[in-house]
Amino acid sequence: MADEDVVLLDFWPSPFGMRVRIALAEKEIKYEYKEEDLRNKTDLLLKMNPIHKKIPVLIHNGKPVCESLVQVQYIDEIWPHKSPLLPTDPYQRAIARFWGDFVDKKIYGLESGKVWTTKGEEQEAAKKEFIECLKLLEGELGNKAYFGGENLGYVDVVLVPFYSWFYAYEKCGNFSIETECPKLIAWAKRCMEKDSVSKSLPDQDKIYDYVLHLKKVFGIE
Amino acid sequence: MAEEVVLLDFWPSPFGMRSRIALAEKGIKYEHKEEDLRNKSALLLQMNPVHKKIPVLIHNGKPVCESLIQVQYIDEVWHDKAPLLPSDPYQKATARFWADYVDKKIYEVGGRVWKTKGEKQATAKKELIETLKLLEKELGDKPYFGGESLGYVDVAFIPFYSWFYALEKCGNFSIEAECPKLIAWAKRCMQKESVAKSLPDQQKVYDFILEMKKHFGIE
Repeated sequence: MADEDVVLLDFWPSPFGMRVRIALAEKEIKYEYKEEDLRNKTDLLLKMNPIHKKIPVLIHNGKPVCESLVQVQYIDEIWPHKSPLLPTDPYQRAIARFWGDFVDKKIYGLESGKVWTTKGEEQEAAKKEFIECLKLLEGELGNKAYFGGENLGYVDVVLVPFYSWFYAYEKCGNFSIETECPKLIAWAKRCMEKDSVSKSLPDQDKIYDYVLHLKKVFGIE
Repeated sequence: MAEEVVLLDFWPSPFGMRSRIALAEKGIKYEHKEEDLRNKSALLLQMNPVHKKIPVLIHNGKPVCESLIQVQYIDEVWHDKAPLLPSDPYQKATARFWADYVDKKIYEVGGRVWKTKGEKQATAKKELIETLKLLEKELGDKPYFGGESLGYVDVAFIPFYSWFYALEKCGNFSIEAECPKLIAWAKRCMQKESVAKSLPDQQKVYDFILEMKKHFGIE
């Protein structure tokens, strides 16, 4: 196997970046992690992702792959022998992709951000919808150890980064996610027992400090 | 091989058109069921309880939701005919990136072109043309985004061509004047039966948009 040159342009609190970190760790791929300052993006980032100018960017042997879900699938296809993330059956794959898309639309979407960016009635509505979406995911998990079954799979990799933001959400929204969705928290803690996950997610306190900082910067109380 | 394929759809939906094209490319016989979105069928609500949206592809009784997921599913199940995604992982990633770009940009920006007026509309038109020009650049000199034959990005994007006339009328501009290569590509796609039979008439889409504008009180 020839030397692979893998670089990840990333930003430490980004759940999108965390997805790629987990996938690379699961496949035991050595890579160079480059932290970006999003207020001062590097030439490399702007060259490798001219369309969106966003992180994460995965650069494999000099060629960029952008968008975290595209990157996770790419990693899974390039290094198929270790820790397969997507199932082989087309219908199971479609289900996994559906829930990955659901997480992107509903958990990472604009509406869920309102849990920490708004107050009062708007915040209450956002909290309610957020919990409803988590409950739907809990339903999909069922009695499985992971969304991927016996092992970490695509949906696990796509969703678990958000666990690092739960504490910040709970503090800002004054509610307990564990009370509402105990099975999901149990699943998240199970994921965190894996090195690939625990080493890819930042500390929840650090995320909370970051969110407080963002609120100050954007003038949100 | 007895396969039962049903598509719950809504005729002007570009998302539904994607699945129609993919099924046609593969030569798959299916039952097309038109939904009334103001009165969704029990079947739709049962098959897509999470989003309650069309299109829904039902294969041997099992639902697949979200158009790009359906297209990939169709491509994987019926992999022997008209492959849509490349086999090389890097090219696959590139195709998925551009289909995602179409999803993120065209529908929302296009929507603003017909839903707004004045400055907001001018901004939307500018953004739409910028977006289309980027896609034109990605196409380059290839006959299709997929190269010599229709591919994933072609299938993801061509449905929006059926909405171009409506957007041009509402926005009072010409997409062809700004993006001639893209329109040439679209017409090339329309020469294929799988595309021509899956896209509604542009005038019908325009009439539909006018009705929506009236309904939502947009002038």
